[in-house]
Amino acid sequence: MSKIHVTTTVNGDEVEYLCDPRETLLDCLRDRVGLTGAKEGCGTGDCGACSVTLDGRLVCSCLVLGAEAEGKEVTTIEGMATGDTLHPLQRKFIEHAALQCGICTPGILIAAKALLEKNPDPTETEMRYWLAGNLCRCTGYDKIIRAVMDAAQEMREAS
Amino acid sequence: MALDSDTQKFKYIGTRPDRPDGLDKVTGRARFGADFSMPGMLHGAILRSPHAHAKILKIDATKALALRGVKAVVTRADFPTGLTGEDWNIQENVMAGEKALYDGHAVAAVAATSQLIARDALKLIEVEYEVLRHVTDVDKAMADDAPVIREGAADYSVPEGMHPNIVRYMESGRGDLEAGFAAADLVLEQSYKTEAAHQGYIEPHACVGQLGADGKGELWCCTQGHWFVRQMCTAVLGLEATQLRVTPSEIGGGFGGKTTVFIDPVALALSRKANRPVKIVMSRSEVLRASGPTSSASMDIKMGMTRDGKITAASGTFRMQGGAFPGAPVDVTTMLAFANYDIADVHHIGFDVMTNRPKQAAYRAPGAPMGAFAVESMLDELCRQLGLDPIDTRLKNAVKEGTRATFGPKFPPVGLIETLEAAKAHPQYNTPLGPNQGRGVASGYWMNWGGETSASVAIGEDGTVQVSIGTPDIGGSRASMALMAAEAFGVPYDNVRVNIADTGTLGINEPTHGSRATFASGLATVEAAKEAIGKLCKRAADKWGIDAEAVTWEDGFAKPSGPNAGEFPPLSIAEIAAEMGSTGGPISGHFESSPDGFGGSFGTHIVDLEVDPETGRSTILRYLVVQDAGKAIHPAYVEGQFQGGAVQGIGWALNEEYIYGADGRLQNPIFLDYRVPVASDLPMIDTIIVEVPNPGHPYGVRGVGETGITPPLPAVANAVRDAIGVRMTQLPLTPPRVLAAIKGRG
Amino acid sequence: MRYHTPSSFEDATAIAARATGTTRYLAGGTDVLVQLRSDVVTPDDLIDVKHIPGVKDITQTDDGGWRIGVAVAGAEMTEHGGLGRDWPGIVEGMDLIGSTQVQGRATLTGNLCNGSPAADGVPALIAANATVTVTGPDGARDVAVEAIPAGPGKTTLAQGEMVTAVNIPARGKNGGDAYLRFIPRTEMDIAVVGCAVNLTVEGEKITGARVVLGAVAPTIRAVEDAARAIIGTTLDDAALNALDAAAQAACAPIDDKRGTIEFRTEVAGVLAKRAAKIAYARARGEAK
Repeated sequence: MSKIHVTTTVNGDEVEYLCDPRETLLDCLRDRVGLTGAKEGCGTGDCGACSVTLDGRLVCSCLVLGAEAEGKEVTTIEGMATGDTLHPLQRKFIEHAALQCGICTPGILIAAKALLEKNPDPTETEMRYWLAGNLCRCTGYDKIIRAVMDAAQEMREAS
Repeated sequence: MALDSDTQKFKYIGTRPDRPDGLDKVTGRARFGADFSMPGMLHGAILRSPHAHAKILKIDATKALALRGVKAVVTRADFPTGLTGEDWNIQENVMAGEKALYDGHAVAAVAATSQLIARDALKLIEVEYEVLRHVTDVDKAMADDAPVIREGAADYSVPEGMHPNIVRYMESGRGDLEAGFAAADLVLEQSYKTEAAHQGYIEPHACVGQLGADGKGELWCCTQGHWFVRQMCTAVLGLEATQLRVTPSEIGGGFGGKTTVFIDPVALALSRKANRPVKIVMSRSEVLRASGPTSSASMDIKMGMTRDGKITAASGTFRMQGGAFPGAPVDVTTMLAFANYDIADVHHIGFDVMTNRPKQAAYRAPGAPMGAFAVESMLDELCRQLGLDPIDTRLKNAVKEGTRATFGPKFPPVGLIETLEAAKAHPQYNTPLGPNQGRGVASGYWMNWGGETSASVAIGEDGTVQVSIGTPDIGGSRASMALMAAEAFGVPYDNVRVNIADTGTLGINEPTHGSRATFASGLATVEAAKEAIGKLCKRAADKWGIDAEAVTWEDGFAKPSGPNAGEFPPLSIAEIAAEMGSTGGPISGHFESSPDGFGGSFGTHIVDLEVDPETGRSTILRYLVVQDAGKAIHPAYVEGQFQGGAVQGIGWALNEEYIYGADGRLQNPIFLDYRVPVASDLPMIDTIIVEVPNPGHPYGVRGVGETGITPPLPAVANAVRDAIGVRMTQLPLTPPRVLAAIKGRG
Repeated sequence: MRYHTPSSFEDATAIAARATGTTRYLAGGTDVLVQLRSDVVTPDDLIDVKHIPGVKDITQTDDGGWRIGVAVAGAEMTEHGGLGRDWPGIVEGMDLIGSTQVQGRATLTGNLCNGSPAADGVPALIAANATVTVTGPDGARDVAVEAIPAGPGKTTLAQGEMVTAVNIPARGKNGGDAYLRFIPRTEMDIAVVGCAVNLTVEGEKITGARVVLGAVAPTIRAVEDAARAIIGTTLDDAALNALDAAAQAACAPIDDKRGTIEFRTEVAGVLAKRAAKIAYARARGEAK
């Protein structure tokens, strides 16, 4: 079976891989690029654990083909911190104990970051609906929402 | 075990530091089950039965093996024979033998050079089935005309003449039921049903296994308990226990569902055949079809109460199916159903029933939520019909220290009354309700567990502390262990490193289950620290030339215990550690036991919700969890357990269920239709931590993980009753069911 | 599976017309990839239409209508101010599909061509009398949206044909639309019932209406009796009751894992009333 050659940008770095046309972007990130921060929780776009941004747009990487990433810019959880400095959301998630097992955390962080870039001052309801596609089975969402609200406030005050 | 917490002021315990693994988990660096790879690794995939019940007549893998890149195919013929009991059950479950017993039952597996080739190869394996009659409902499975899942599966407890699908029977109780009911002013009888729910962990099962012809193997997997995995894999494959080393990855949720094996022995069997490591990752639909959801239940309850709210007698019959194998947790259901209350005359009957469903696995307080749904619903109805306050009535009947439990022994100190009082005092209990809104209250209990436990601590050359435990960190337990070690040694929290050790580096540990990790591994950590502290004191004593007994340990320093011991400047842990190579060698401490001082945890929940009278949909408005933690080591993660348990219970109460079609196939094997709560379904979940210290733990800890899922089922049902005026007796309370009840269609 | 990235509709349809096996067009991929991953459909030829110029555009036509490219994602429709001001029901129907992540990919055209009777994006299009441009070997033609679905998972498109644009008529004065669906949770579910209402008013009186129900029959259907029940009324209680009854009478649903026949039928009436009230308020300029 012939493979497709893809050149794309992941977290600012140029990346090349060969993929089967059936492979998803999630498969390619994990198995071809070696970035395992995005997780497969369902493979059907129902859990959000594989969330990344594609040209700045929040998507489930399990619902994008690896071949579709040609010429695009992909951002994953591995690109969220700046060097040693965690993004405020990452810091607040630790401070608020907004993760228990941590499997949904990369996807939720990516999704929450996309929200705050679009809307720096979301209401609790807006936040809950924006994150409705990110399942968390451990926390009941309470501390996640508090962490995002706190991070949003800090980011507003800093800007 | 002495309880120190009554007298002790804590320096670290009860604070909320950042978890030690926080950085890894917010940066994507933490390695979960599917994140492991090995050189030369193959990818495995499993062929699953599309039939609920079928004889396997023939499996022909010729075409699959001919596909380029396919390296091995295994069927049951590749597993040893002669196993008995639960070992056989697990072997039969991970790879079907003569029959496929449920939709999704594994019948063959393939290893290939890529995941896609492995999946393609599955389509080339030809299986000839003879489809048999099936049954998936517990009551139907007990009926005379039900198809027999397996002859001879019943144990000695089942009276003669019962259907072969009834595999365990139990009866327990005390007192005089007839007299008890006669003393009541109101006696109610009602049947209740709950549907099977899945743990719904977001991380599907994943493993990489390597097994050689020499019988030596290694396994990396996401599990709650790697010694359990070792025992099960070696039994299923006929290996010696210690020849398989199992290393746990970070684990993406388990809730009981990762205390057993589904794919691990298959990966090892494929590896043995292909002579290469094999990775298997389940898809979500495999998880839902073929891992271990909880039981469904059918229950009959009878309770009597006096006009002033005293429960006079209670009896219950509990029928539970646990899939195509024995093991439904009906023993726990019968044990805990009435355990909240002081009842003189009580009787339980339990049936463990087999159906054509996947082999059930533990799910958070396994067996407790079903019984709680039935009993706490009936208690609510008794209060309603007698015009009594549900919290006051519970207080009147609540168990306390010294009460003889409905399951036998006397309770040690427990906190049910404290949770009820705190719930009653919370403003939510008196918040006015609007139209179509209702309030529900329920209490719940989990007895917790100790279990086999090994831990060790070792002092680093700079005086920092390394803790090795065997219970995977599923919800922040590294932070709790580090806090307890910091407290015991008197060293800063950040100077403690907690490692989850593999099966090759510690003695046996039971899984992170039974709400035991913070209790049992915590206790072992503290006791191991005490042993190490004894050695640290000895080194100081030797240096000072005094008896070891004359040295005390305080805040990270060895000090002479009093003026009689002599005057020496205190020696810090770092100073002693720096010299340990020349003063007697490395310093460590170990502790092994099966601690039995686990104290149970009671909880009381209040839920306010609104039901749309035109669609039957319930919206949770407010939710309060009050629960006894004994002593909250890291309160944020205790609250997290309360909140997570409550929300799983809300899901089970409202929308989550296993839906089987007439063909016996699971209709909803994806998250789109297996509806776990999403963020927008919920309000904030308020919590109150009650602390009634557990005398069985040096710092008073009680496990807190499981109790939280027990009250929500009845609390939500009681709130819906309050809102719509109709008692719902079958879960989940889906909009079609609730609307039908509102419209009088029952 | 062969993956194609044609740069024109002609090339795309030519590939499809030549194909001998299973063909799928890939726009947002939120259905295609799910079917692929679960081995329900593995196309022999997958034709990614996103490299065709104009497919990501939302444009207002000279007559005041709207033309939506086949690869416009739901989020792009929601973010587009003008479209939502004219046709809030169409935009909210699309917006209800899946999560924020799915909204970043899923398209109106894909939702239509997936052929689901429960498609949230489609009822409001039918209520608006929208058409799609269908391009095939014989050129392009405009077809009413309601003529596309042919039953669960099926469309009336022939091999080699594809939808190349969605055309929404001009809103005109004094009009309003709305779409509501029922799901057990607040998000992430497939509609158990869906209902779109599009109407125009003169003063308080309804002068024209379309009522469309989803998930209560093998195809999404416009219910003329339901529209008649409110045309000429001020949407008073009698009209709403008549609407409720007409909507219920039009239901021919199934019992399945998502809902019962009784439930779907009753809730269709409930949603028709609720959606009509919203559309009415919008038409009268009383609500956004």
